[in-house]
Amino acid sequence: MKPSQAGTLESGDIFIQVFPADTDGIEIELDSTVAYQFGEQIKKVILETASELGLERAYIEAVDKGALDCTIRARTTAAIERATGKSIFDV
Amino acid sequence: MKALQQRAADLKAEAQRLHKQVFEPASIAPKVTTPRADLQAQSSKLTSLEEAIRRSGLKDGMTVSFHHHFRGGDKVVNLVVDKLAEMGFRNLHLAASSLTDVHAPLIEHIKNGVISRISTSGLRGELAREVSMGLMDEPVVFRSHGARGAAIANGELHIDVAFLGASSADPLGNACGYSRSENAKSICGSLGYALPDAQYADKVVILTDDLVPYPNTPNAISEHHVDYVVKVDSVGDSSKISSGAIRDTKNPRDILLAKQAAKVVVASGYFKPGFSIQTGSGGASLAVVKYLRESMIRDNVKASFALGGITAHMVRLHEEGLIERLIDVQSFDKVAAESLKTDAMHKEVSACEYASPEEPGSATHYLDVVILSALEADIHFNVNVLVGSDGIIRGAIGGHPDTAADSALSIIVCPLLRGRIPCVVDEVTTLITPGATVDVIVTEYGIAVNPRRPELRERLLAARLPVVEIEWLRDKALSIIGQPAALPFGEKTVGVVLARDGSVQDIIKAIQP
Amino acid sequence: MQRLRRTMMFVPGNNPGMMADAHIYGPDSIMLDLEDSVTLAEKDAARLLVYHALQSVDYGQTEMVVRINPLSTPFGRKDIEAVVRAGVHVIRMPKTETADEVREVEAEIERVEERLGCLGRTQIMAAIESALGVVNAYDIATASKRMMGIALGAEDYCANLKTQRSQTGDELRLARETIVVAARAAGIDALDTVYSNLNDMEAFRAEVEFIKTLGFDGKSIINPRQIEVVNEVFAPKEKDIQKARTILAAIREAEARGSGVVAVNGKMVDRPVVIRAQRTIELAKASGLIDNEDF
Repeated sequence: MKPSQAGTLESGDIFIQVFPADTDGIEIELDSTVAYQFGEQIKKVILETASELGLERAYIEAVDKGALDCTIRARTTAAIERATGKSIFDV
Repeated sequence: MKALQQRAADLKAEAQRLHKQVFEPASIAPKVTTPRADLQAQSSKLTSLEEAIRRSGLKDGMTVSFHHHFRGGDKVVNLVVDKLAEMGFRNLHLAASSLTDVHAPLIEHIKNGVISRISTSGLRGELAREVSMGLMDEPVVFRSHGARGAAIANGELHIDVAFLGASSADPLGNACGYSRSENAKSICGSLGYALPDAQYADKVVILTDDLVPYPNTPNAISEHHVDYVVKVDSVGDSSKISSGAIRDTKNPRDILLAKQAAKVVVASGYFKPGFSIQTGSGGASLAVVKYLRESMIRDNVKASFALGGITAHMVRLHEEGLIERLIDVQSFDKVAAESLKTDAMHKEVSACEYASPEEPGSATHYLDVVILSALEADIHFNVNVLVGSDGIIRGAIGGHPDTAADSALSIIVCPLLRGRIPCVVDEVTTLITPGATVDVIVTEYGIAVNPRRPELRERLLAARLPVVEIEWLRDKALSIIGQPAALPFGEKTVGVVLARDGSVQDIIKAIQP
Repeated sequence: MQRLRRTMMFVPGNNPGMMADAHIYGPDSIMLDLEDSVTLAEKDAARLLVYHALQSVDYGQTEMVVRINPLSTPFGRKDIEAVVRAGVHVIRMPKTETADEVREVEAEIERVEERLGCLGRTQIMAAIESALGVVNAYDIATASKRMMGIALGAEDYCANLKTQRSQTGDELRLARETIVVAARAAGIDALDTVYSNLNDMEAFRAEVEFIKTLGFDGKSIINPRQIEVVNEVFAPKEKDIQKARTILAAIREAEARGSGVVAVNGKMVDRPVVIRAQRTIELAKASGLIDNEDF
């Protein structure tokens, strides 16, 4: 696994960076324009996505600009795919 | 008739009867022979800011007032309050028609005790953020423009000293928001929000960066109301006061909203020859006029007047003969300011004549249609234009509740979603414009009509407009973004929203940082 | 009922903000793009965005099209895998030159659909963007029963022809006419190329009127502001709607009589006239000129 990133800082998007971690578990650092209303939900989606992809230990930094859940899922998946080199569409 | 000297006894008798003195010829001052161009430069009103403040009789705890016609370019508030601080004043009440993000330096003056109370229509930027988090012990009092005018006129908001920036003034105090001189620097157009202050404040200080020869007519503020005139380097940063030309929104969603709102106006039943219209600030509501224009030309429907914040779009329609008169409390751009200066059918009005709830003749009462923006609307058609979705004050009441209440038809245009923030909710964060005065809400997902107006709903449906229930809009928003968590408001009250009749309509609590 | 395809709006596949609400402007079809508008480094991320948006965003009645990368690139197969899984309505092939290319894409689609148990769900449309593609237009249009339309891509086509686009569009005449004829012969839709100058709406309107006259079903568009113009041009005129109403009423009357002969004012109505009348009514409904309940 290598450090990776996906997404942009444009409105409606989220910028995700994934870093290798020494300890078990996923740690998330979130900065969001809608932190009050959706901070917990955003973290939950990132965590779910990471766990579906089998990621067990990582430090994830996210800068959110009001992205919808489907975008958060897509960006998190892209960043993790880039970190691990495996695609969910491998054929 | 007796000779003059022989009438002395009669004069004395008549003076006694009228409880007056007998005229004494020696009391006439020697005739001043100075050429008048030189004389006006010696006007006793012309003085320095510090001297004007001293002579005004301002004391700790009193109320000073300002207008916001220089918008984001304003330099007057900071200049004057800096001077007041330097002169050692404390506990002042700052009553502005509105405050913007350039007024962040007030934060220090609040912390230092120079300013202890604020009344305004709105707050923005860093000052708004600090206030929202509990900067002040005394809650900020928010009023609409019409309510402020009324409160000044009826004495509820008593102003001790008004400090009014003007784009031009003569040494006697005749002042306006434009200039006919070559040295014009800071043009804002109408001074409508400053006029109640000029009329009712105990003392009025005009600050100008373009001191022109007497008589500076036509004037907005008459010398009759002015006590002191202060020449300053600059009252405002011209580039930030207003844009130079028509600002056409390129945002496709704003265009969609504007087109839909224009269709609502046309189908509403109020789109008839002689109708009157106002558009509020915000890209979508301003753009409505552009699309309404096409229908006005096609159906040969001309408006009798356009009201409010006047824009280049309005001026264009006026010049094309589609709008007969412009009634201008605030000029939104340089085109509007220039038109106000040159066109007699473009009239400047005070906030009282514009929207006072206590004046039956104020223009809003004769307004057919108003198109307004919103930060939030709720399923009861209540609207919030003041407090953001993050709980931080980020706007101004403006004339929103005035025009919604007094017009025959009020249309709110707002996107259903701003990013992940819903704009149609169960309950607005802060109640600014009551649902009882709001008729139609136009969003990109559909148009909701207040159940109070079934006839409007029928007309919009007949025009094949996408009419939906307001609850459907709320549900649609939630289905896209999910359920937002509640904002973490604290106990401290940081703002009080006064209704148009002066009653307490809502309060704003501090938001946790 | 035949789907209307007056407007197919291009939306870059790596822009979540635009993808979230493209349907509010009312295009008949939305084409999420994984090809030219996405840089090589972002192909994977855009594919994931499109994959999730197709499954999560409620695009209502809008037809959802995804323009994939060619199978000759490392991205094409994964694009097909992703968008078929996400349930896309139509896969749009870029720069199509031969019927074999269509069949290759079809095979890929079938492979995924078979695994998912939804064989035949995904339609195909092909963009023709070269001289060879124009020459092979009919073969391409008939290469698969999944084909729903062919479209002209003018920029690449002009480069291939060694010319450039002009105000009059003379250089596109043969391609446009060939594509319409091939589409009609194959019984599928024909879509015209984009018009990029957003500041000249009058020239855009003239071009739309022209391609409507040629027989195109609709136009590819790049901005929501273009939708209203296209819909206005394609909206039937009042007298055509009246005529269509009369003809459809005559059909119903004939059906009621159990007769196969449809006549209006004593004159027999030919089959093409019936079809045109039906299309007029569909367009009138879509344009909001008549109510759905009427027919």
